Amino acid sequence: MSGIEKPRAPRWTLWLPLALFGAFVGLVVLGLVHPASHDVPSQMIGKPLPQFNLPAAADDRPGLGNGDFSKGKPRLLNIFASWCIPCGVEAPVLSELARQGAEIDGIAIRDHRADLAGFLARNGNPYTRLGADDVSAVQLAIGSSGVPETFVIDGHGVIRYQHIGDIRPEEVPMMLEKLKEAGE
Amino acid sequence: MRRLALAFALVLAAPAAADDTMPPAPYAYRQLADPVKEAKATALMETIRCLVCQSQSIADSDAPIAGDMRSQIRERIQAGEDPEAIRRWLVARYGDYVTYTPRVTSVTWPLFAAPVVLLGLAGLLVRRRFGRAQGDKA
Repeated sequence: MSGIEKPRAPRWTLWLPLALFGAFVGLVVLGLVHPASHDVPSQMIGKPLPQFNLPAAADDRPGLGNGDFSKGKPRLLNIFASWCIPCGVEAPVLSELARQGAEIDGIAIRDHRADLAGFLARNGNPYTRLGADDVSAVQLAIGSSGVPETFVIDGHGVIRYQHIGDIRPEEVPMMLEKLKEAGE
Repeated sequence: MRRLALAFALVLAAPAAADDTMPPAPYAYRQLADPVKEAKATALMETIRCLVCQSQSIADSDAPIAGDMRSQIRERIQAGEDPEAIRRWLVARYGDYVTYTPRVTSVTWPLFAAPVVLLGLAGLLVRRRFGRAQGDKA
């Protein structure tokens, strides 16, 4: 109409939309095969435990403070609750860890004493000390975002490792290894 | 009839509890008495991301941990702490995930650079277009 010759696009640009579509499909498939992790890792690894002092959560165990972790030996700190179903699944694994020499302290999140007593009676009590955190204060202070989570704390009270979710039976050697590393 | 009874039984069935039954933290659902401080706390809570619900702020979420975070934020603002200091405290624990106002870091800089780059490209494109149109008229 105008008589002006439009510059012709090179031939390969014909395939550009298809290539873009292919790349998009590839991205979607990748997202389906490897879904993004929804874990929020703590940024407190390598930092000392914040100061805290929790009252006892059970009658037969003392409460828990950060001072209990700087006595020279690495320990596990398990964040859990009786209302948390994966925590019940994890309980026998924690007992196995304790049987193999791990020293474990626990913090019960938003838990009624009676519920917790029932949970420990059902699942065993591998904990040396048990603190009650009724408003998730210590949980927030160490960057934990859910239950269960398990932290490796070295003998100087420094957080060395965070395990998010329940420890699977096959992860027992790995956790023991992390404890050993924290003791070196 | 049996199906109906079954359906009715489902209505009555109690859901399996996978949440705690503790009462919420003191300031999870209670505003601060001072409206200025409450406004500060609300502004901060609306830009802090819930840890367990991915796409909600803690102001929007009924998750117990979000309630505990709200309560702690209100208590700290009540005590006179600066909202941005509280944000920094949370970022030091949960990383950039926890804040809806991203910082410029080695990972997040494209967020800030991309609009500038796109605007620049658009400007170039527009100049070429108009430049050519003028050239055609001449």
